[in-house]
Amino acid sequence: MALYNDTVMDHFLNPHNVGEIENPDGKGIYGSPVCGDMMMVTLSVDENEVITDAKFKTYGCGSAIASSSMATDMIKGMKVEEALEVSNEKIVEELGGLPAIKIHCSVLAEHAIKNAIYDYAQTHGKTYAGLEGYVPNTDPDEDDEEEGFEEEQFSDEKK
Amino acid sequence: MRNVYLDYSATTPVKDEVLQEMIPYFTQNFGNPSSLYTPGLTAKEGLAEARRRVASLIGAEPGEIYFTSCGTEADNWVLEAIADKMKDKGRHIITSKIEHHAILHTCKYLEKFGFDVTYLDVDEEGFVQPEALKDAMRDDTVLVSIMAVNNEIGTVQPIKELAAIAKAGGAYFHTDTVQAVGNIPIDVRELGVDFLSMSAHKIYGPKGVGALYKRKGIQMPNFMHGGAQENKKRAGTENTAGIVGFGKAAEIAGRDLEEHRAHSSELREYLWEQIKDRIPEIKLNGPADFSRRHPGNLNVSFSYVEGESVLLLLDMKGISVSTGSACSSKSLATSHVLDAIGVPPAKSNGAIRFTVGDFTTKEDIDYTVECLTEVITKLRELSPVNDAKGW
Ligand SMILES: Cc1ncc(COP(=O)(O)O)c(C=O)c1O
Repeated sequence: MALYNDTVMDHFLNPHNVGEIENPDGKGIYGSPVCGDMMMVTLSVDENEVITDAKFKTYGCGSAIASSSMATDMIKGMKVEEALEVSNEKIVEELGGLPAIKIHCSVLAEHAIKNAIYDYAQTHGKTYAGLEGYVPNTDPDEDDEEEGFEEEQFSDEKK
Repeated sequence: MRNVYLDYSATTPVKDEVLQEMIPYFTQNFGNPSSLYTPGLTAKEGLAEARRRVASLIGAEPGEIYFTSCGTEADNWVLEAIADKMKDKGRHIITSKIEHHAILHTCKYLEKFGFDVTYLDVDEEGFVQPEALKDAMRDDTVLVSIMAVNNEIGTVQPIKELAAIAKAGGAYFHTDTVQAVGNIPIDVRELGVDFLSMSAHKIYGPKGVGALYKRKGIQMPNFMHGGAQENKKRAGTENTAGIVGFGKAAEIAGRDLEEHRAHSSELREYLWEQIKDRIPEIKLNGPADFSRRHPGNLNVSFSYVEGESVLLLLDMKGISVSTGSACSSKSLATSHVLDAIGVPPAKSNGAIRFTVGDFTTKEDIDYTVECLTEVITKLRELSPVNDAKGW
Protein backbone atom coordinates (compact mmCIF):
# COMPACT_ATOMS: atom_id res chain seq x y z
CA MET A 1 0.00 0.00 0.00
CA ALA A 2 1.90 3.00 -1.20
CA LEU A 3 1.33 5.95 -3.44
CA TYR A 4 4.26 4.89 -5.65
CA ASN A 5 5.87 1.60 -6.71
CA ASP A 6 9.00 0.26 -4.99
CA THR A 7 11.46 1.62 -7.55
CA VAL A 8 10.01 5.11 -7.25
CA MET A 9 9.96 4.92 -3.47
CA ASP A 10 13.54 3.72 -3.42
CA HIS A 11 14.74 6.62 -5.56
CA PHE A 12 12.68 9.04 -3.50
CA LEU A 13 13.90 7.78 -0.12
CA ASN A 14 17.53 7.29 -1.14
CA PRO A 15 18.04 9.54 -4.13
CA HIS A 16 21.24 9.05 -6.15
CA ASN A 17 23.41 11.91 -7.41
CA VAL A 18 22.25 14.57 -4.99
CA GLY A 19 24.32 17.74 -4.93
CA GLU A 20 25.94 20.32 -7.11
CA ILE A 21 29.16 19.83 -9.11
CA GLU A 22 31.69 22.60 -8.59
CA ASN A 23 32.72 24.26 -11.84
CA PRO A 24 30.33 22.17 -13.92
CA ASP A 25 30.58 21.93 -17.68
CA GLY A 26 26.87 22.49 -17.93
CA LYS A 27 24.16 23.67 -15.58
CA GLY A 28 20.42 23.72 -16.09
CA ILE A 29 17.46 24.82 -14.01
CA TYR A 30 13.82 24.14 -14.70
CA GLY A 31 10.66 25.03 -12.82
CA SER A 32 10.17 27.12 -9.71
CA PRO A 33 8.69 26.65 -6.25
CA VAL A 34 5.74 28.71 -7.42
CA CYS A 35 4.75 25.96 -9.86
CA GLY A 36 5.36 23.27 -7.27
CA ASP A 37 8.58 21.81 -8.57
CA MET A 38 12.07 22.89 -9.56
CA MET A 39 15.22 21.03 -10.53
CA MET A 40 18.82 22.06 -10.92
CA VAL A 41 21.23 19.78 -12.81
CA THR A 42 25.00 20.14 -13.07
CA LEU A 43 27.08 18.05 -15.48
CA SER A 44 30.72 17.10 -15.99
CA VAL A 45 31.48 16.28 -19.61
CA ASP A 46 34.82 14.92 -20.83
CA GLU A 47 36.67 15.66 -24.08
CA ASN A 48 34.87 12.79 -25.80
CA GLU A 49 31.55 14.44 -25.00
CA VAL A 50 30.68 11.76 -22.50
CA ILE A 51 28.77 12.77 -19.37
CA THR A 52 31.09 11.58 -16.61
CA ASP A 53 29.07 12.95 -13.73
CA ALA A 54 25.64 14.42 -13.09
CA LYS A 55 24.21 15.84 -9.90
CA PHE A 56 20.88 17.34 -9.04
CA LYS A 57 18.94 19.27 -6.47
CA THR A 58 15.17 19.14 -6.63
CA TYR A 59 12.29 20.86 -4.92
CA GLY A 60 9.12 18.89 -5.47
CA CYS A 61 6.92 15.93 -4.74
CA GLY A 62 8.03 12.32 -4.40
CA SER A 63 7.88 11.63 -8.12
CA ALA A 64 9.83 14.80 -8.98
CA ILE A 65 12.64 13.70 -6.68
CA ALA A 66 12.55 10.08 -7.87
CA SER A 67 12.57 11.16 -11.54
CA SER A 68 15.55 13.45 -10.88
CA SER A 69 17.45 10.59 -9.28
CA MET A 70 16.60 8.13 -12.05
CA ALA A 71 17.27 10.57 -14.89
CA THR A 72 20.71 11.54 -13.59
CA ASP A 73 21.51 7.82 -13.19
CA MET A 74 20.47 7.25 -16.79
CA ILE A 75 22.58 9.98 -18.36
CA LYS A 76 25.77 9.21 -16.48
CA GLY A 77 28.14 7.54 -18.96
CA MET A 78 26.05 8.57 -21.96
CA LYS A 79 27.29 10.63 -24.85
CA VAL A 80 25.74 14.09 -24.77
CA GLU A 81 23.84 13.28 -27.95
CA GLU A 82 22.28 10.20 -26.38
CA ALA A 83 21.38 12.11 -23.24
CA LEU A 84 19.36 14.52 -25.34
CA GLU A 85 17.12 11.60 -26.20
CA VAL A 86 16.25 10.80 -22.63
CA SER A 87 12.59 11.73 -22.68
CA ASN A 88 10.18 11.81 -19.80
CA GLU A 89 8.54 8.67 -21.23
CA LYS A 90 11.85 6.84 -20.89
CA ILE A 91 12.34 8.09 -17.34
CA VAL A 92 8.85 6.95 -16.39
CA GLU A 93 9.48 3.58 -18.02
CA GLU A 94 12.71 3.08 -16.05
CA LEU A 95 10.83 3.98 -12.89
CA GLY A 96 8.28 1.27 -13.65
CA GLY A 97 5.49 3.80 -14.08
CA LEU A 98 4.08 6.79 -12.24
CA PRO A 99 0.48 7.59 -11.30
CA ALA A 100 -1.21 9.40 -14.20
CA ILE A 101 -1.41 12.75 -12.43
CA LYS A 102 2.31 12.58 -11.68
CA ILE A 103 3.62 12.02 -15.19
CA HIS A 104 4.26 15.73 -15.56
CA CYS A 105 6.81 15.58 -12.74
CA SER A 106 9.15 13.52 -14.88
CA VAL A 107 9.06 16.25 -17.54
CA LEU A 108 10.93 18.35 -15.02
CA ALA A 109 14.01 16.13 -15.27
CA GLU A 110 13.92 15.96 -19.05
CA HIS A 111 13.84 19.75 -19.30
CA ALA A 112 16.43 20.45 -16.63
CA ILE A 113 18.85 18.04 -18.32
CA LYS A 114 18.19 19.60 -21.69
CA ASN A 115 18.84 23.03 -20.23
CA ALA A 116 22.12 21.82 -18.72
CA ILE A 117 23.22 20.35 -22.05
CA TYR A 118 22.24 23.57 -23.79
CA ASP A 119 24.44 25.43 -21.34
CA TYR A 120 27.29 22.99 -22.03
CA ALA A 121 26.87 23.40 -25.80
CA GLN A 122 26.83 27.19 -25.51
CA THR A 123 29.89 27.42 -23.29
CA HIS A 124 31.86 24.80 -25.19
CA GLY A 125 30.94 25.82 -28.73
CA LYS A 126 29.13 22.57 -29.59
CA THR A 127 26.09 21.98 -31.73
CA TYR A 128 23.75 19.01 -31.51
CA ALA A 129 20.90 17.95 -33.73
CA GLY A 130 18.82 17.35 -30.60
CA LEU A 131 19.16 21.00 -29.63
CA GLU A 132 18.26 22.46 -32.98
CA GLY A 133 15.85 25.32 -32.50
CA TYR A 134 15.79 24.67 -28.75
CA VAL A 135 15.09 27.68 -26.62
CA PRO A 136 15.77 26.99 -22.97
CA ASN A 137 12.69 27.69 -20.98
CA THR A 138 12.59 27.61 -17.25
CA ASP A 139 8.90 28.25 -16.90
CA PRO A 140 6.76 25.10 -17.03
CA ASP A 141 3.57 27.14 -17.35
CA GLU A 142 4.46 27.72 -20.97
CA ASP A 143 4.64 24.03 -21.70
CA ASP A 144 1.03 23.21 -21.08
CA GLU A 145 1.81 19.80 -19.62
CA GLU A 146 -0.84 19.92 -16.98
CA GLU A 147 -3.69 19.72 -19.44
CA GLY A 148 -6.22 17.02 -18.72
CA PHE A 149 -4.88 15.95 -15.35
CA GLU A 150 -8.09 16.80 -13.57
CA GLU A 151 -9.87 14.15 -15.62
CA GLU A 152 -7.37 11.44 -14.84
CA GLN A 153 -7.37 12.03 -11.14
CA PHE A 154 -8.92 8.70 -10.26
CA SER A 155 -7.12 6.48 -12.73
CA ASP A 156 -4.13 5.98 -10.45
CA GLU A 157 -6.10 4.86 -7.46
CA LYS A 158 -5.19 1.25 -6.81
CA LYS A 159 -6.91 0.81 -3.46
CA MET B 1 7.41 1.45 14.29
CA ARG B 2 5.36 4.00 16.15
CA ASN B 3 2.11 5.08 14.50
CA VAL B 4 1.12 8.67 15.00
CA TYR B 5 -2.10 9.86 13.45
CA LEU B 6 -2.22 13.63 13.18
CA ASP B 7 -5.03 14.12 10.71
CA TYR B 8 -8.13 14.22 12.92
CA SER B 9 -9.69 16.83 10.64
CA ALA B 10 -9.63 14.34 7.76
CA THR B 11 -11.39 11.72 9.83
CA THR B 12 -11.29 10.15 13.28
CA PRO B 13 -11.21 6.58 14.53
CA VAL B 14 -14.53 5.26 15.84
CA LYS B 15 -14.45 5.22 19.63
CA ASP B 16 -14.99 1.87 21.25
CA GLU B 17 -18.06 3.08 23.17
CA VAL B 18 -19.51 4.12 19.81
CA LEU B 19 -18.70 0.84 18.10
CA GLN B 20 -20.24 -1.17 20.94
CA GLU B 21 -23.54 0.67 20.52
CA MET B 22 -23.48 0.13 16.78
CA ILE B 23 -22.81 -3.60 16.67
CA PRO B 24 -26.26 -4.85 17.72
CA TYR B 25 -27.80 -2.80 14.91
CA PHE B 26 -25.96 -4.89 12.34
CA THR B 27 -27.00 -8.19 13.87
CA GLN B 28 -29.90 -8.43 16.36
CA ASN B 29 -31.58 -5.08 15.72
CA PHE B 30 -31.29 -5.32 11.98
CA GLY B 31 -34.96 -4.67 11.29
CA ASN B 32 -36.08 -2.02 8.84
CA PRO B 33 -37.11 1.01 10.91
CA SER B 34 -40.15 1.43 8.66
CA SER B 35 -41.50 -2.03 9.52
CA LEU B 36 -44.35 -2.25 12.00
CA TYR B 37 -43.36 -5.39 13.87
CA THR B 38 -41.12 -5.45 16.93
CA PRO B 39 -37.69 -5.70 15.23
CA GLY B 40 -38.62 -2.70 13.08
CA LEU B 41 -39.77 -0.74 16.09
CA THR B 42 -36.57 -1.55 17.95
CA ALA B 43 -34.53 -0.17 15.09
CA LYS B 44 -36.82 2.85 14.93
CA GLU B 45 -36.26 3.54 18.61
CA GLY B 46 -32.50 3.40 17.96
CA LEU B 47 -32.91 6.15 15.40
CA ALA B 48 -35.06 8.22 17.75
CA GLU B 49 -32.48 8.03 20.51
CA ALA B 50 -29.72 9.02 18.08
CA ARG B 51 -31.81 11.96 16.90
CA ARG B 52 -32.29 13.15 20.49
CA ARG B 53 -28.55 12.92 21.14
CA VAL B 54 -27.49 14.73 17.98
CA ALA B 55 -30.12 17.42 18.60
CA SER B 56 -28.92 17.84 22.14
CA LEU B 57 -25.32 18.40 21.01
CA ILE B 58 -26.35 21.52 19.09
CA GLY B 59 -29.22 22.71 21.25
CA ALA B 60 -31.89 21.73 18.73
CA GLU B 61 -35.11 19.73 18.97
CA PRO B 62 -35.01 16.14 17.69
CA GLY B 63 -37.61 17.01 15.05
CA GLU B 64 -35.17 19.49 13.52
CA ILE B 65 -32.54 16.84 12.72
CA TYR B 66 -32.51 15.03 9.35
CA PHE B 67 -29.97 12.28 8.94
CA THR B 68 -28.08 12.17 5.65
CA SER B 69 -25.37 10.02 4.13
CA CYS B 70 -22.59 12.52 4.95
CA GLY B 71 -21.75 16.14 5.61
CA THR B 72 -21.45 16.71 1.88
CA GLU B 73 -25.05 15.62 1.34
CA ALA B 74 -26.28 18.02 4.00
CA ASP B 75 -24.39 20.88 2.30
CA ASN B 76 -25.70 19.95 -1.16
CA TRP B 77 -29.21 19.52 0.11
CA VAL B 78 -29.61 22.86 1.80
CA LEU B 79 -28.05 24.86 -1.02
CA GLU B 80 -30.00 23.18 -3.79
CA ALA B 81 -33.25 23.10 -1.86
CA ILE B 82 -33.16 26.75 -0.87
CA ALA B 83 -32.20 27.70 -4.40
CA ASP B 84 -35.16 25.73 -5.71
CA LYS B 85 -37.55 27.09 -3.12
CA MET B 86 -36.51 30.71 -3.53
CA LYS B 87 -35.73 30.90 -7.24
CA ASP B 88 -38.70 33.13 -7.98
CA LYS B 89 -37.94 35.50 -5.11
CA GLY B 90 -34.21 35.94 -5.66
CA ARG B 91 -31.18 34.24 -7.08
CA HIS B 92 -28.32 35.60 -5.06
CA ILE B 93 -26.30 33.45 -2.65
CA ILE B 94 -23.40 34.60 -0.49
CA THR B 95 -20.65 32.33 0.76
CA SER B 96 -16.91 32.66 1.40
CA LYS B 97 -13.83 31.82 -0.62
CA ILE B 98 -12.62 29.33 1.98
CA GLU B 99 -15.62 27.01 2.20
CA HIS B 100 -15.25 23.27 1.73
CA HIS B 101 -15.73 22.04 -1.83
CA ALA B 102 -19.07 20.54 -0.75
CA ILE B 103 -20.28 24.16 -0.65
CA LEU B 104 -18.13 25.74 -3.36
CA HIS B 105 -18.80 23.14 -6.02
CA THR B 106 -22.52 23.17 -5.25
CA CYS B 107 -22.50 26.95 -5.67
CA LYS B 108 -20.74 26.55 -9.02
CA TYR B 109 -23.46 24.08 -9.99
CA LEU B 110 -26.18 26.55 -9.02
CA GLU B 111 -24.52 29.24 -11.14
CA LYS B 112 -25.45 27.11 -14.15
CA PHE B 113 -29.10 27.68 -13.26
CA GLY B 114 -28.81 31.42 -13.18
CA PHE B 115 -27.81 31.88 -9.57
CA ASP B 116 -25.40 34.65 -8.80
CA VAL B 117 -22.97 33.70 -6.06
CA THR B 118 -20.79 36.14 -4.12
CA TYR B 119 -17.66 34.52 -2.71
CA LEU B 120 -16.59 36.75 0.16
CA ASP B 121 -12.92 37.50 0.67
CA VAL B 122 -11.42 36.67 4.03
CA ASP B 123 -8.60 38.40 5.87
CA GLU B 124 -5.08 37.00 6.16
CA GLU B 125 -6.13 34.74 9.04
CA GLY B 126 -9.23 33.50 7.25
CA PHE B 127 -11.88 35.59 8.99
CA VAL B 128 -14.97 36.72 7.11
CA GLN B 129 -15.51 40.39 7.84
CA PRO B 130 -19.07 41.11 9.01
CA GLU B 131 -18.88 44.45 7.21
CA ALA B 132 -18.09 42.65 3.96
CA LEU B 133 -21.19 40.48 4.40
CA LYS B 134 -23.32 43.57 5.09
CA ASP B 135 -22.04 45.19 1.91
CA ALA B 136 -22.67 42.07 -0.14
CA MET B 137 -26.30 41.66 0.96
CA ARG B 138 -28.83 42.53 -1.75
CA ASP B 139 -32.59 42.53 -2.07
CA ASP B 140 -32.42 39.27 -3.98
CA THR B 141 -30.08 37.51 -1.52
CA VAL B 142 -31.84 34.33 -0.46
CA LEU B 143 -29.14 32.40 1.37
CA VAL B 144 -25.87 33.02 3.17
CA SER B 145 -23.65 30.01 3.90
CA ILE B 146 -20.50 30.42 5.99
CA MET B 147 -18.60 27.56 7.63
CA ALA B 148 -18.19 27.75 11.40
CA VAL B 149 -14.65 26.34 11.44
CA ASN B 150 -12.34 26.04 8.46
CA ASN B 151 -10.96 22.57 7.80
CA GLU B 152 -7.48 23.65 6.67
CA ILE B 153 -6.49 26.55 8.88
CA GLY B 154 -8.98 26.16 11.73
CA THR B 155 -10.40 29.70 11.66
CA VAL B 156 -13.49 30.02 13.89
CA GLN B 157 -15.93 32.46 12.26
CA PRO B 158 -18.15 34.91 14.14
CA ILE B 159 -21.24 32.94 13.14
CA LYS B 160 -23.68 34.66 15.50
CA GLU B 161 -22.84 38.06 14.08
CA LEU B 162 -22.90 36.83 10.47
CA ALA B 163 -26.22 35.04 10.95
CA ALA B 164 -27.76 38.22 12.38
CA ILE B 165 -26.68 40.18 9.31
CA ALA B 166 -28.20 37.60 6.97
CA LYS B 167 -31.43 37.60 8.97
CA ALA B 168 -31.64 41.39 9.00
CA GLY B 169 -31.33 41.26 5.23
CA GLY B 170 -34.11 38.69 4.92
CA ALA B 171 -31.93 35.77 3.86
CA TYR B 172 -31.64 32.28 5.30
CA PHE B 173 -28.40 31.46 7.06
CA HIS B 174 -26.64 28.10 6.81
CA THR B 175 -23.42 27.06 8.47
CA ASP B 176 -21.24 24.03 7.77
CA THR B 177 -20.19 22.85 11.23
CA VAL B 178 -18.52 19.61 10.12
CA GLN B 179 -15.24 20.76 11.72
CA ALA B 180 -16.91 22.70 14.50
CA VAL B 181 -19.24 20.36 16.37
CA GLY B 182 -17.41 18.51 19.07
CA ASN B 183 -14.58 21.06 18.89
CA ILE B 184 -16.26 24.33 19.86
CA PRO B 185 -19.59 24.88 21.62
CA ILE B 186 -22.41 25.07 19.08
CA ASP B 187 -25.96 26.06 19.98
CA VAL B 188 -28.34 26.74 17.12
CA ARG B 189 -30.60 29.07 19.12
CA GLU B 190 -27.71 31.05 20.52
CA LEU B 191 -26.16 31.35 17.04
CA GLY B 192 -29.47 32.06 15.35
CA VAL B 193 -28.84 29.85 12.33
CA ASP B 194 -31.53 28.35 10.10
CA PHE B 195 -29.57 25.38 8.79
CA LEU B 196 -26.46 23.57 9.89
CA SER B 197 -24.52 20.60 8.47
CA MET B 198 -22.55 18.04 10.41
CA SER B 199 -20.79 14.74 9.90
CA ALA B 200 -20.27 11.76 12.21
CA HIS B 201 -16.79 10.69 11.12
CA LYS B 202 -15.14 13.89 12.36
CA ILE B 203 -16.35 13.29 15.92
CA TYR B 204 -15.26 9.68 16.47
CA GLY B 205 -18.36 8.27 14.81
CA PRO B 206 -18.62 6.19 11.63
CA LYS B 207 -18.11 7.37 8.06
CA GLY B 208 -21.08 7.77 5.76
CA VAL B 209 -23.45 9.49 8.19
CA GLY B 210 -24.25 13.16 8.49
CA ALA B 211 -27.12 15.38 9.44
CA LEU B 212 -28.82 18.57 8.44
CA TYR B 213 -30.41 20.75 11.09
CA LYS B 214 -33.39 22.64 9.70
CA ARG B 215 -35.02 25.17 11.97
CA LYS B 216 -38.59 24.13 12.68
CA GLY B 217 -41.21 25.79 10.54
CA ILE B 218 -39.06 26.24 7.44
CA GLN B 219 -40.44 24.40 4.41
CA MET B 220 -37.93 23.00 2.01
CA PRO B 221 -37.93 20.56 -0.95
CA ASN B 222 -36.46 17.09 -0.72
CA PHE B 223 -33.06 16.13 -2.06
CA MET B 224 -33.59 12.38 -2.07
CA HIS B 225 -37.02 11.29 -3.35
CA GLY B 226 -38.69 8.03 -2.48
CA GLY B 227 -39.98 6.56 0.76
CA ALA B 228 -41.29 8.33 3.82
CA GLN B 229 -38.13 8.19 5.92
CA GLU B 230 -36.87 11.20 7.88
CA ASN B 231 -40.30 12.75 8.21
CA LYS B 232 -40.75 12.36 4.43
CA LYS B 233 -37.85 14.73 3.82
CA ARG B 234 -35.02 12.33 3.03
CA ALA B 235 -35.91 9.05 1.39
CA GLY B 236 -33.90 5.86 1.63
CA THR B 237 -33.74 3.11 4.24
CA GLU B 238 -31.78 4.54 7.12
CA ASN B 239 -28.18 3.58 7.89
CA THR B 240 -29.38 2.46 11.31
CA ALA B 241 -26.09 1.29 12.77
CA GLY B 242 -24.31 4.36 11.42
CA ILE B 243 -26.92 6.73 12.78
CA VAL B 244 -26.86 5.02 16.17
CA GLY B 245 -23.07 5.43 16.13
CA PHE B 246 -23.44 9.10 15.23
CA GLY B 247 -25.82 9.51 18.19
CA LYS B 248 -23.38 7.94 20.62
CA ALA B 249 -20.49 9.98 19.22
CA ALA B 250 -22.57 13.15 19.61
CA GLU B 251 -23.40 12.26 23.20
CA ILE B 252 -19.72 11.75 24.02
CA ALA B 253 -18.73 14.91 22.16
CA GLY B 254 -21.14 16.95 24.25
CA ARG B 255 -20.25 15.22 27.51
CA ASP B 256 -16.48 15.53 27.05
CA LEU B 257 -16.29 18.78 25.10
CA GLU B 258 -14.24 20.73 27.63
CA GLU B 259 -11.87 17.87 28.28
CA HIS B 260 -11.42 17.29 24.55
CA ARG B 261 -10.75 20.98 23.94
CA ALA B 262 -8.24 21.23 26.75
CA HIS B 263 -6.38 18.08 25.69
CA SER B 264 -6.27 19.07 22.02
CA SER B 265 -5.22 22.65 22.50
CA GLU B 266 -2.53 21.75 25.00
CA LEU B 267 -0.92 19.29 22.58
CA ARG B 268 -1.42 21.59 19.60
CA GLU B 269 0.33 24.42 21.45
CA TYR B 270 3.10 22.08 22.52
CA LEU B 271 3.55 20.93 18.90
CA TRP B 272 3.76 24.52 17.69
CA GLU B 273 6.25 25.52 20.39
CA GLN B 274 8.45 22.56 19.55
CA ILE B 275 8.33 23.16 15.80
CA LYS B 276 9.13 26.85 16.30
CA ASP B 277 12.08 25.95 18.50
CA ARG B 278 13.54 23.34 16.23
CA ILE B 279 12.86 24.36 12.66
CA PRO B 280 13.77 27.74 11.15
CA GLU B 281 12.04 29.48 8.26
CA ILE B 282 8.49 28.46 8.88
CA LYS B 283 5.22 30.33 8.79
CA LEU B 284 2.01 29.73 10.71
CA ASN B 285 -1.07 29.76 8.48
CA GLY B 286 -4.38 30.79 10.05
CA PRO B 287 -5.19 32.63 13.27
CA ALA B 288 -2.23 33.49 15.49
CA ASP B 289 -4.68 33.82 18.39
CA PHE B 290 -5.19 30.14 19.13
CA SER B 291 -8.41 30.82 21.02
CA ARG B 292 -9.99 31.69 17.66
CA ARG B 293 -8.88 28.47 16.07
CA HIS B 294 -9.99 24.80 16.00
CA PRO B 295 -8.42 23.38 19.20
CA GLY B 296 -6.48 20.65 17.40
CA ASN B 297 -5.46 22.46 14.21
CA LEU B 298 -1.99 23.63 13.26
CA ASN B 299 -1.06 24.62 9.70
CA VAL B 300 2.56 25.46 8.97
CA SER B 301 4.46 26.33 5.79
CA PHE B 302 8.03 25.07 5.64
CA SER B 303 10.10 27.14 3.22
CA TYR B 304 12.09 25.48 0.41
CA VAL B 305 10.32 22.12 0.57
CA GLU B 306 7.21 20.75 -1.07
CA GLY B 307 4.37 19.31 0.99
CA GLU B 308 3.90 15.91 -0.61
CA SER B 309 7.52 14.91 -0.07
CA VAL B 310 7.20 15.92 3.59
CA LEU B 311 3.99 13.88 3.86
CA LEU B 312 5.59 10.81 2.28
CA LEU B 313 8.74 10.91 4.39
CA LEU B 314 6.68 11.30 7.56
CA ASP B 315 4.48 8.42 6.40
CA MET B 316 7.61 6.26 6.18
CA LYS B 317 8.02 6.98 9.89
CA GLY B 318 4.42 6.08 10.67
CA ILE B 319 3.20 9.66 10.96
CA SER B 320 0.04 10.77 9.13
CA VAL B 321 -0.39 14.45 8.28
CA SER B 322 -1.93 16.23 5.33
CA THR B 323 -0.98 18.86 2.83
CA GLY B 324 -3.59 21.58 2.60
CA SER B 325 -6.89 19.78 2.50
CA ALA B 326 -6.81 16.00 2.93
CA CYS B 327 -8.51 15.15 -0.32
CA SER B 328 -6.24 17.43 -2.33
CA SER B 329 -2.97 15.69 -1.49
CA LYS B 330 -2.86 14.14 -4.93
CA SER B 331 -3.97 17.13 -6.92
CA LEU B 332 -1.67 19.73 -8.33
CA ALA B 333 -3.67 22.82 -7.52
CA THR B 334 -2.61 24.97 -4.59
CA SER B 335 -5.04 25.13 -1.70
CA HIS B 336 -7.90 27.56 -2.36
CA VAL B 337 -7.91 28.38 1.34
CA LEU B 338 -4.24 29.31 1.49
CA ASP B 339 -4.65 31.27 -1.75
CA ALA B 340 -7.56 33.18 -0.21
CA ILE B 341 -5.55 34.20 2.86
CA GLY B 342 -2.75 35.43 0.62
CA VAL B 343 -0.14 32.72 1.17
CA PRO B 344 2.13 32.87 -1.92
CA PRO B 345 2.26 29.61 -3.94
CA ALA B 346 5.89 28.91 -3.03
CA LYS B 347 4.82 28.90 0.63
CA SER B 348 1.49 27.12 0.25
CA ASN B 349 3.20 24.29 -1.63
CA GLY B 350 5.15 23.63 1.55
CA ALA B 351 2.18 23.78 3.91
CA ILE B 352 1.41 20.90 6.25
CA ARG B 353 -1.75 20.52 8.32
CA PHE B 354 -1.45 18.73 11.64
CA THR B 355 -4.59 17.98 13.65
CA VAL B 356 -4.32 16.40 17.05
CA GLY B 357 -7.20 14.62 18.77
CA ASP B 358 -8.31 12.53 21.71
CA PHE B 359 -5.82 9.71 21.19
CA THR B 360 -2.79 11.94 20.64
CA THR B 361 -0.17 11.88 23.41
CA LYS B 362 2.75 14.11 24.32
CA GLU B 363 5.10 11.30 23.28
CA ASP B 364 3.46 11.33 19.85
CA ILE B 365 4.28 15.00 19.54
CA ASP B 366 7.88 14.51 20.68
CA TYR B 367 8.35 11.72 18.15
CA THR B 368 6.71 13.81 15.40
CA VAL B 369 8.89 16.84 16.02
CA GLU B 370 11.98 14.62 16.04
CA CYS B 371 11.06 13.07 12.68
CA LEU B 372 9.82 16.32 11.20
CA THR B 373 13.09 18.09 11.97
CA GLU B 374 14.99 15.29 10.26
CA VAL B 375 12.68 15.25 7.23
CA ILE B 376 12.73 19.01 6.69
CA THR B 377 16.53 19.07 7.02
CA LYS B 378 16.89 16.26 4.51
CA LEU B 379 14.55 17.86 1.98
CA ARG B 380 16.14 21.26 2.37
CA GLU B 381 19.53 19.71 1.61
CA LEU B 382 17.97 18.25 -1.51
CA SER B 383 16.34 21.51 -2.50
CA PRO B 384 17.83 23.92 -5.04
CA VAL B 385 15.77 26.68 -3.49
CA ASN B 386 17.07 28.94 -0.79
CA ASP B 387 16.54 32.40 0.44
CA ALA B 388 19.52 33.77 -1.47
CA LYS B 389 17.56 33.15 -4.65
CA GLY B 390 14.76 35.27 -3.32
CA TRP B 391 11.93 32.74 -3.13
C1 LIG C 1 -15.83 21.72 6.47
C2 LIG C 1 -16.25 20.41 5.87
N1 LIG C 1 -17.44 20.31 5.27
C3 LIG C 1 -17.85 19.15 4.73
C4 LIG C 1 -17.07 18.03 4.75
C5 LIG C 1 -17.57 16.78 4.13
O1 LIG C 1 -18.04 15.88 5.08
P1 LIG C 1 -18.30 14.35 4.68
O2 LIG C 1 -16.95 13.74 4.56
O3 LIG C 1 -19.10 13.77 5.77
O4 LIG C 1 -19.03 14.37 3.39
C6 LIG C 1 -15.81 18.09 5.36
C7 LIG C 1 -14.92 16.91 5.36
O5 LIG C 1 -13.76 16.97 5.00
C8 LIG C 1 -15.39 19.31 5.93
O6 LIG C 1 -14.20 19.42 6.52
